Amino acid sequence: MEAVLLQLLNGVDKGGAYALIALGLTLIFGTLGVVNFAHGAFFMLGAFCAVTMHKLLTISKQVKDESVTFFDSYKEIPYLELWLGDTGARIIDYAVPIAILLAIPMMLVLGIALERGLIRHFYRRTHADQILVTFGLAIVLQEVVKAYFGANPIPMPAPEAFSGSAAVGEWLGLGGGIYYPWWRLIYFLFSLALIAAVFAFLQYTTFGMVVRAGMRDRETVGLFGINIERRFTIVFGIAVVVAGLAGLMYTPVLPPDYHMGMEFLVLSFVVVVVGGMGSLVGAVVAGFLLGILQSFASMNEIKDLIPGIDQIIIYLVAVIILLVRPRGLMGRQGLMET
Amino acid sequence: MTSARSDLLLLAAFAAAVLAMPLWMAPFGAAYPDLLQRFAIYGIFAIGFNILFGFTGYLSFGHAAFLGVGSYTAVWSFKLLTMNVLPAVLLAMVVSGLFALAIGYVSLRRSGIYFAILTLAFAQMCYNLAYSVLTPLTNGETGLQITRTDPRIIDTWVSGPSSMIPSTTLFGIPMSGYTGFYFCAVLLVAAFYLSLRIARSPFGAMLRAIKSNQNRLNFTGVHSRPYALAAFVISGVYAGLAGALLACTDPLAGAERMQWTASGEVVLMTILGGAGSLVGPFVGAVVIKYFENIFSSFNAGTLHSVFGFLPDGLENAVVTVAGLFVGDGWHLTLGALFMLLVIFMPGGIAEGARRGARALRGRRAARRSGAHGAHATHGPRAHGVASSAHAAAQRAE
Repeated sequence: MEAVLLQLLNGVDKGGAYALIALGLTLIFGTLGVVNFAHGAFFMLGAFCAVTMHKLLTISKQVKDESVTFFDSYKEIPYLELWLGDTGARIIDYAVPIAILLAIPMMLVLGIALERGLIRHFYRRTHADQILVTFGLAIVLQEVVKAYFGANPIPMPAPEAFSGSAAVGEWLGLGGGIYYPWWRLIYFLFSLALIAAVFAFLQYTTFGMVVRAGMRDRETVGLFGINIERRFTIVFGIAVVVAGLAGLMYTPVLPPDYHMGMEFLVLSFVVVVVGGMGSLVGAVVAGFLLGILQSFASMNEIKDLIPGIDQIIIYLVAVIILLVRPRGLMGRQGLMET
Repeated sequence: MTSARSDLLLLAAFAAAVLAMPLWMAPFGAAYPDLLQRFAIYGIFAIGFNILFGFTGYLSFGHAAFLGVGSYTAVWSFKLLTMNVLPAVLLAMVVSGLFALAIGYVSLRRSGIYFAILTLAFAQMCYNLAYSVLTPLTNGETGLQITRTDPRIIDTWVSGPSSMIPSTTLFGIPMSGYTGFYFCAVLLVAAFYLSLRIARSPFGAMLRAIKSNQNRLNFTGVHSRPYALAAFVISGVYAGLAGALLACTDPLAGAERMQWTASGEVVLMTILGGAGSLVGPFVGAVVIKYFENIFSSFNAGTLHSVFGFLPDGLENAVVTVAGLFVGDGWHLTLGALFMLLVIFMPGGIAEGARRGARALRGRRAARRSGAHGAHATHGPRAHGVASSAHAAAQRAE
């Protein structure tokens, strides 16, 4: 029982990341009809927003180290600590969550610019062309990041207060055996909140209503005199922001490097296919499902039974789903079934 | 245009160009066997990929898996049987063909983006397994190598045990330097010839019909999937051959050859050259491998000497910007090239050449007569191809 619960928990944070990326992919596919292979790169860019924020906050001044008396020694102290003392140190400690403030406008502007500048010209091209051009875009984004930040993973600590583990077992009355890192728990809750926010936005605002209508029947909405293209551009921006935030909050779990996005992208596409192309709920459900499935497959008992299953489980599920039920778990009938 | 004589001319020109590469590549600084070999090998890979993507219209994102399987098979043949490259090549083609048959049988149940994702999923499975559970077969991260203690049954039987690590040979001729290149080059010409024959055959017409409108083809009563599967297996065998040749020239096989970036590279080669054209994929492979080689060897020093004629401040700025694109940043050039190509010239170099030729001809025609001649007739092409394929199918039956 404890082992099962632990694996369940291990799966949900990764599942949260899959769900967020897959949600963005589905939004873009549902609105613009574009298959976006650059979405993993947006995830990665979000992660590097956290790195940038941390760098910005720790811009330092060389100060003479008074504790060394034999010779002149200098140490670097961030300006923030010089000006604000302990408060400054605490702000630096919270660099990752603070980076959200940087990431939202940056990713939004980037997303809208890319949509207007590039993606727009690919609405009517074949899916193969869309895959290829966004694949090229992903490589370019990766390499630019690599040129500035280097190829090595950059560890990003979680804030001090969340660095330990939560005694999940005690909360649930299962005894004290189960501990789970605070930050991963927070990531899970964060992904739930973000997903809820996106759905609420689509469900309860006029803007969201128009977008949903446009996803159903773009032409009719256009006939009502609504500039649906502009709405869709903003939806693209939102999808990019969601991917960016997913990557940003994931940094304490996985130190970001320039090619982290690709691994997540491949898996997220599989998630989209399993959930059903064009189904937002399907993407989210499949994201969590596959995350949990993956963590169960990496249990030792199961690995002993079927060696190597942890490496291929997600792909295996995708192959089976595509062959047995090509519209995915929750896809609409008739949509992209062949 | 497609008469037997012009095909023969094309083949002869191709063979001459390939075999004379050591001569005409010299002014470009690329005339050394190691690089020329890579041109030929990746040319085979791209020509094979083109049979699937260019002719049939199925975008596979997992073709590197077959390349990897071919490499592993070849190295195992070196380890267990003999250092002769012929059995290694043949075995690799058979094994990768079987792989392609299995994967293609499943993947071709879907088309379009689903097909791309299915092939990607299979390739990633192969890659992950090669790194983890299949370590006894693939030697994991280190890569599969030949060692002194390998049995090499046939070699031992023929010439007694040897304590050295032998090199790969073709019946005693060592596969190093230019012999290695010519071995690959001859196979490249053969591969090109086969792809030419396929393009001109009723089978090739069927593949093009699948590309232009598979539904319509199915409605005419043709069972189109076996044709697509045949194309998939053929291109898988080509990839296996390329993988085996990689192992022949350097007897080592690593899992990174199966990674999906490698699959992306062959897609890029094919598109750069021109998907669907015959010579295009080979040209694309040469261009990419050439620039990979040249660009990744550039550094700040060479850049300074290139842009030395500019005023100092400007020179530094230009070098800083250009420096992003060369050396380690070669992939940035690759990605940018990829985008520009898909945006502006989806037909690749082949289409560019065609456009150039048409513009030239158009100007000449305009000078002669004034108005017409520049525009080819764009009739109901899809219909024409489908019905001609239908006729071809009837002929085949």
